[in-house]
Amino acid sequence: MSAPFYKFGYFNDEFSLVLALVIGIGFGFFLERAGFGSGRKLAAQFYFTDMTVLKVMFTAILTAMLGIYYLSVVGFMELSLVFLNPTYLVPQIVGGLVLGVGFVIGGYCPGTSCVSAATGKIDGMVFLAGILAGIFVFGELFPLLEGFYNSTPMGQITLPKLLGVPYGVIVLAVVLMAVGAFVAAEWGEKKMAARKGV
Amino acid sequence: MAERAVTTQDPRSGVDERARRTAQPYWNPYLAGVGLGLVLLSAYVIMGRGLGASGAFSTFVSATVAKVAPSHAAANSFYSEYLGDGSSSPFKDWLVFEVIGVFIGGFVSGMLAWRVRRGIEKGPSISNGRRLMFAFIGGGLMGFGAKLARGCTSGQALTGGAVLNVGSWAFMMCVFAGAYAFAYFMRRQWL
Repeated sequence: MSAPFYKFGYFNDEFSLVLALVIGIGFGFFLERAGFGSGRKLAAQFYFTDMTVLKVMFTAILTAMLGIYYLSVVGFMELSLVFLNPTYLVPQIVGGLVLGVGFVIGGYCPGTSCVSAATGKIDGMVFLAGILAGIFVFGELFPLLEGFYNSTPMGQITLPKLLGVPYGVIVLAVVLMAVGAFVAAEWGEKKMAARKGV
Repeated sequence: MAERAVTTQDPRSGVDERARRTAQPYWNPYLAGVGLGLVLLSAYVIMGRGLGASGAFSTFVSATVAKVAPSHAAANSFYSEYLGDGSSSPFKDWLVFEVIGVFIGGFVSGMLAWRVRRGIEKGPSISNGRRLMFAFIGGGLMGFGAKLARGCTSGQALTGGAVLNVGSWAFMMCVFAGAYAFAYFMRRQWL
């Protein structure tokens, strides 16, 4: 047996939709467990009072990254069959900045707003309506935006390929960076809590 | 489940039992992060792809536009990408089913921890109306930005981050940069 299972044809498209539902349930469950149904908790990340977003996100990335790396090193998973979203650097930088501003204004990102709405938060539901409006505006402007949208293409490219270093080196670098970020986050939270207490 | 903060005698019968329970604390963030990471890993192992969210909303918007103005949608390459070749419903899509799951999973987790209740998430010094206005504006920017970047925090940052995708890491850094840069102007909403 080899992974990714779908790419090796172990099941058909119909069944992949059932799996999508199951995987989505797991995704929503852990987002809610982390507290990501609360816009206030998410926004606190940007005021350094609660660094949960950073901790959860980087722990999730580390877990998946190390798992994928291990499974490919032992030959169970064929990394070349894994989907890699092609990079278009400048539109992704601009999109990231716009999304970041939207995050602190609205309090959610698309996935977390689903969890927020599902747990009864009115602002999460309104945020969802906003997303639909934003996508509609993007769609209507697409003929004008298409040139920029497709600018600075770099193809399917990973950091190890870009920097010309072995995959494992970048994995190690990400681990070290994340652990450093965790230490800083714990220290920062204590510092902010102490300031509040005074 | 501890029987904390349960008022047994409420004269109004039919009052939501959950509302009188104290919401349980959230999980330790590192534990929740490992759980989230294992879900992402299983998506890669099973499907060869990661998670997503905004893509499902694009399908919804594209299908709605196609319903109202079919020729307009067909002429637009953004919408038509989400509509497929017409051989099957655009909603028969992996991300659409995954996002339906996100709603279910979030609801189940919230129910189990007594956290499902109506409310508006905000700081103490902003009105409900203004908060909802900001929620709509923020959602709009989020939808627009996610399409420009070919994905959101799920489809780019988490999913691409785990496979060391260059564009995803650039995107992730910019999300944090944008949010931190603008946080000052939003402090009255949250603090």
